[in-house]
Amino acid sequence: MTDVHTHEQELLKEFLAGATLFLGPDPEIMLDHDIAPISERERGALDRVTDTHMAGVVRSRVEAGVNEAFAMSSQTGACPGARWGDSVCGLFTANGDLAISSNGGILIFSVLTQHAVKFIAKYWIDDPSVGVRPGDGFAHNDARYGNIHNTDSSVILPIFHDGELIAWVGCITHVGENGAIEPGGMPTIAETPFDEGLKMPPIKLVENYELKRDLITFLQNSTRDPKLIYEDMKSKLYACIRLKERLEETITQYGVDPVIAVLRGTLDDTKEEVKRRISEWPDGTTRSVAFSDGTLRENLLLKINLEMRKNGDQLVLDFRGSSPEFQNRSINTQAASMKGMLAQLFLGYIWPDLPRNQAVLAPIEIVLDSRSVLNAADEVPNAQSMMTFFFGYSAGQVAVAKFLYSATNRYTKILAPWYNMIQTFIYGGMTQHGEPAANLCADLNGMSGGARDGLDGENAIALASCAMSDLGEQELSEEENAFVQIISKKIMRDNQAFGKYRGGQGYQMALAAYESTTWGFASFCVGSKFPTISGLFGGYACPAYPLAKVQGVDVFDTFKHDPGSFKWTIEEIMNERPFEGAVYSTHHMGFPFELAKNGELYMCTQGAGGGYGDVLERDPAAVMKDLEQELISDWTAQEIYHVVYDPSSFVVDPEATAQAREAERDRRKQRGVPYADFVREWVTEGPPADLPFYGSWGDREVIYAGGYAGQPHVRMRSDAIQDVVVPHPREVRIASLEATVAELQAKLREQ
Amino acid sequence: MRVNITEYLSIELDDETWHCRHCDLALSSARSNYKEALLVYDRDPREIHRPILDQDRYEFTYAPDPKWCRIIEYYCPGCGTQMEAEYLPPGHPLSHDIELDIDALKARFAAQPIGGNQ
Repeated sequence: MTDVHTHEQELLKEFLAGATLFLGPDPEIMLDHDIAPISERERGALDRVTDTHMAGVVRSRVEAGVNEAFAMSSQTGACPGARWGDSVCGLFTANGDLAISSNGGILIFSVLTQHAVKFIAKYWIDDPSVGVRPGDGFAHNDARYGNIHNTDSSVILPIFHDGELIAWVGCITHVGENGAIEPGGMPTIAETPFDEGLKMPPIKLVENYELKRDLITFLQNSTRDPKLIYEDMKSKLYACIRLKERLEETITQYGVDPVIAVLRGTLDDTKEEVKRRISEWPDGTTRSVAFSDGTLRENLLLKINLEMRKNGDQLVLDFRGSSPEFQNRSINTQAASMKGMLAQLFLGYIWPDLPRNQAVLAPIEIVLDSRSVLNAADEVPNAQSMMTFFFGYSAGQVAVAKFLYSATNRYTKILAPWYNMIQTFIYGGMTQHGEPAANLCADLNGMSGGARDGLDGENAIALASCAMSDLGEQELSEEENAFVQIISKKIMRDNQAFGKYRGGQGYQMALAAYESTTWGFASFCVGSKFPTISGLFGGYACPAYPLAKVQGVDVFDTFKHDPGSFKWTIEEIMNERPFEGAVYSTHHMGFPFELAKNGELYMCTQGAGGGYGDVLERDPAAVMKDLEQELISDWTAQEIYHVVYDPSSFVVDPEATAQAREAERDRRKQRGVPYADFVREWVTEGPPADLPFYGSWGDREVIYAGGYAGQPHVRMRSDAIQDVVVPHPREVRIASLEATVAELQAKLREQ
Repeated sequence: MRVNITEYLSIELDDETWHCRHCDLALSSARSNYKEALLVYDRDPREIHRPILDQDRYEFTYAPDPKWCRIIEYYCPGCGTQMEAEYLPPGHPLSHDIELDIDALKARFAAQPIGGNQ
């Protein structure tokens, strides 16, 4: 009887295994950020490789191969992202764990590619309709299978030795265009995952080391820039093949065991070292909050809540109490994407000396509410996940700094938050060469660094998620595309996060379409009402950043007929309004794609890194240097930094400055209120009724959502979050106008 | 024994007390929220991040919206040093941002002399 029962169970199991209707994202893979259990093969290799000197040489050889592949990808890639460093190459164990990543490029990509490799290993190796053989290659781009968003795509090759699968290599690049509802690959107006363009789970795109043209043609046929898709896939494939060759050469010289042992050993060593370093922090809890002020379609205030708990060698990042997910907005983040950005935080800014692999996060526990905006379901869009996971990273920077200051050892300087928004323009249309194109300006890589303990932040230096990226050559872009960046890389005065050490400053950009009848722009940032990053230890945050437009003008006509009237800063253009008859406006930075007329101006500003420490402690000489370089105004020197000086010579009056600063200290003591009195007056039970607020207020188990477009705040338990559905901006506008009409009609009737 | 916790705060392990590093004022028990001993001020963000664009003409000016965002400044009651600046929506509870295990901290520094970063 038991045998029959067992047989039936087996039959049922076999039937169900063969009758799976859809191999969707696998939670077992997606929610696990630890490294895989060590395999017998890996254990055997580690036991047999006892020569640590030789293992070190093998590691260096492999790292050199990964870096060579990255350089090759950067130099041959067609998409702007590949050329400017928004890509990465990596080497994975047979189990799919990222063991060694290239030194350059966006680390978060490779940390997230492991999920796709594990999916291939779990589902395709034994599937007779797919299989994994030498010469095969796979591609993916869907964040639900491991990624940030589907504008980035991978090529992954299995590495065999004597018929044994021993590793995987991968290259992933920010490609840009992907056939989404808006050009350029990161739609702000997507309301469902199906508005976001191509969504590739891991698919076999390569056989015998050749791209399958039928599938490539399908991908090309689904996007606005078909040539880019083909060129870029080839570039990634050949970078992977180069890395495969370097790996094979290493095996030929040293044997396969040392390679397997180095890959596994690097992961194990990294994990143990991370635990050791965590144990150097003081035990306790730090807390931090960050606020995103929009969904890219409207201004709403989304809270990102972080409690960081450390005990011994255990570290927990608890994000419960953060905003709920949005059913019809693209700013949701998959949990794996959030973890990828946290890995970037630790590898890029806390322990940059550690080997670049996924084990850095393995011993760290991450706690997220289900269906929060940082742990969104597969059914909601996620193309703009950066709008929320960057805030998790920024909250993490502050919380970590408060542990690190008293840690036994630090491995970097204490750092105020890096600027965290991708201030740039997406462009698209027909180029001056008659070619379709859609992509983005590399200015997103110009984020400014936070101030450091003892040093100002670096101006416009690097993307938060990519310490080694480039701004690119604007002129090259202009040769290929139908726009000109008229104001470019010009640091904006007073765009500074103030502090004892100031944050790095960002630059202003003004673009205009040129020589195309079909060209347009879009942008995607939040932070026009509420600064996206804070300062540290009394330092201030960055400013808030608008999109500025001037329409009804062709500035190229101005250059022809009256070039002297053009103004070279956003401040002057918008306040002095030099173009007669033009329309000047500002907006939040969530700006859907819009066709631009020749010579109309679209302007934005790269953000500032956070300030560090009390402004009254800033060296007056440093204030004067900033003033002399026009980084700040006299108003800032006098009203923020309280420096007294001769404006004609920038010579500081030390005694008067000391007096001015002492006077400001006295004013602080006069206006400051004792904490208990302040809390009594300040703290409210919930968010103001007219503030669109999403997330916990005091109790992290109670989530608020609402306060927008006439919707009252609702309260939900954090373990029973319901999706937020936001009305279409056009409907909100119509409702507002109808209310105004009704009001005016009522007044008319009264008259 | 004094352990520096932030740019402006230290803890005296012997009597378990928060201190201002600028004026050395003893603030409160190290087992409590140090902010409870500070002076607090609700700052209109436009006073720090002044509108660079004409606020009479434009909705978005580089200044944060004071109806959405306030700067909560924390001052040492002894010397007026600004120890923290927190950006919060109006009425939002203040963060208890540092809560250390004092027993563990004492044990750590009892076991090893202050060095490294201290």
